[in-house]
Amino acid sequence: MESQDPPYSGLTESMPDTVPDQGNIGIGVHLSLDKLAFDGDTILSDLELELDPGKITCLLGPSGVGKSSILKILAGFIPLPGHSRITASDGESLTGRLSYMDQKDLLLPWATVIDNLLIGGRLRGERPDRMRAETLIQQVGLEKWRYNRPSTLSGGMRQRVALARTLMEGSPVLLMDEPFSALDAITKFRLQDMAAQLLADKTVLLITHDPMEALRLGDIIYVLAGHPPRLSAAIKPEKAILRDPSDGAFTQHYSAIMTRLAGEAEETL
Amino acid sequence: MKTLRALITITGLILFWGLLTSLLELPRFMLPSPLVVGKALVTNAGLIGENALTTAIEIVLGLVLGVLFGTISALLISAYRPVKQWVFPLLIASQAIPVFAIAPLLVLWLGYGMAPKIVMSLLIIYFPVTVGFLDGLNRTDPAWLNLAGLLQQSSKSGRLRKLINLYIHIKIPFALPSLASGIRVAAAIAPIGAVVGEWVGASSGLGYLMLHANARVQTDIMFASLLVLTTMALLLYYLIDALLLRALPWLSTPNDTKIQ
Repeated sequence: MESQDPPYSGLTESMPDTVPDQGNIGIGVHLSLDKLAFDGDTILSDLELELDPGKITCLLGPSGVGKSSILKILAGFIPLPGHSRITASDGESLTGRLSYMDQKDLLLPWATVIDNLLIGGRLRGERPDRMRAETLIQQVGLEKWRYNRPSTLSGGMRQRVALARTLMEGSPVLLMDEPFSALDAITKFRLQDMAAQLLADKTVLLITHDPMEALRLGDIIYVLAGHPPRLSAAIKPEKAILRDPSDGAFTQHYSAIMTRLAGEAEETL
Repeated sequence: MKTLRALITITGLILFWGLLTSLLELPRFMLPSPLVVGKALVTNAGLIGENALTTAIEIVLGLVLGVLFGTISALLISAYRPVKQWVFPLLIASQAIPVFAIAPLLVLWLGYGMAPKIVMSLLIIYFPVTVGFLDGLNRTDPAWLNLAGLLQQSSKSGRLRKLINLYIHIKIPFALPSLASGIRVAAAIAPIGAVVGEWVGASSGLGYLMLHANARVQTDIMFASLLVLTTMALLLYYLIDALLLRALPWLSTPNDTKIQ
């Protein structure tokens, strides 16, 4: 399979001019969550989450702890409960400045790769920006596949299209819900490399249950665990992303996070 | 291979039929042998062809109109809440009325020409098309609706324009497979409407011809007409099926073309 996958490397040398984005790239986001309950069960309460401008913030935690709910609240898919509030560092509304990437690629099965990138513009009734789409397709290394339908692409390639579609809007804030979790280890590793380059200067919230992924990609890492779930203090590894898993500090952080996750898991067992 | 299997089945059935008539020595007016029916088909080719044309036109027009009205109804019901609340229950209740029972009324109101038959076909087809398409429209993946909502946030278009764009680019394409299933069912049952209409009152058509042949104990002509009608219905079904597959190519992408 890998032999047929287009290369993930060689990105830097062939990287086309960066595509222009919406202004004010470095906006921070603050979520102050009072209480989130479904059917009377409190899922999350008294939670403060800060997304630093232009940084990748990783939210790490076991399945079912409510990580995705936090992201869905930020995206507006779950209405903002009670006294909670979301504020942007520039004081303006986040409406129209968010992009979202799901665990599933959510590609339109009838549309080609390029048409999948143009869907946002079409839905808004704008003239689709083909130039930008072409540039992004090149950045994710899928030029040869631009007229392919998703069903003819591998899982990794489809997720690359999804990544390009997410970047297509040029939003300053990106919300990513376990975007690489359905991929095999090697594809995941390569896609993380690609994402780290393409997400530079964006304010990103990356949800993951994989400590390795958080440590490779996250400028700031929070662990959400326990019962009721509590957010850990921010973990800020010294080195810049992408970090090397064979590095000594990486291993230290990894075991610290694992201990914390495993400890919390035991409590709930 | 598929054609060969079909040919073997048809030949087998005809042989069985021939064997049955010759072994039981049934009188011609009870069950004519395949040979007799074949002869009737050839000698009455002009008559049967003429009447088949009438029936074919009725079926096709009924199908086109039924699909058209069904599609429009499903879109209105799905997009506009008052229509859903007021009209949809009525639509369901209307299905409790047997179409056969209102056939004489249609003839009374619309005369003996093609109109009542087309309306009969339309009435039979309308419901599966509407319900099929509506079901598809109501089942768009919520993840996609969330994403589309987010993508539309920065849009400067008005609410109606956004809704129309959402239907054109997301909801309708996702619902097309369901619509296709509805149309397939419609194509299979469309001939029923036309023939029932012709039985109640007509001056031409295969149903009319069969009724008269039956009254005159021309059982061979009845069987010949029945054969032609069945062939027409099958041809229509497979034609529609092939057209739908062509129109929705992403559904027929064979799995082996995937890069694995």
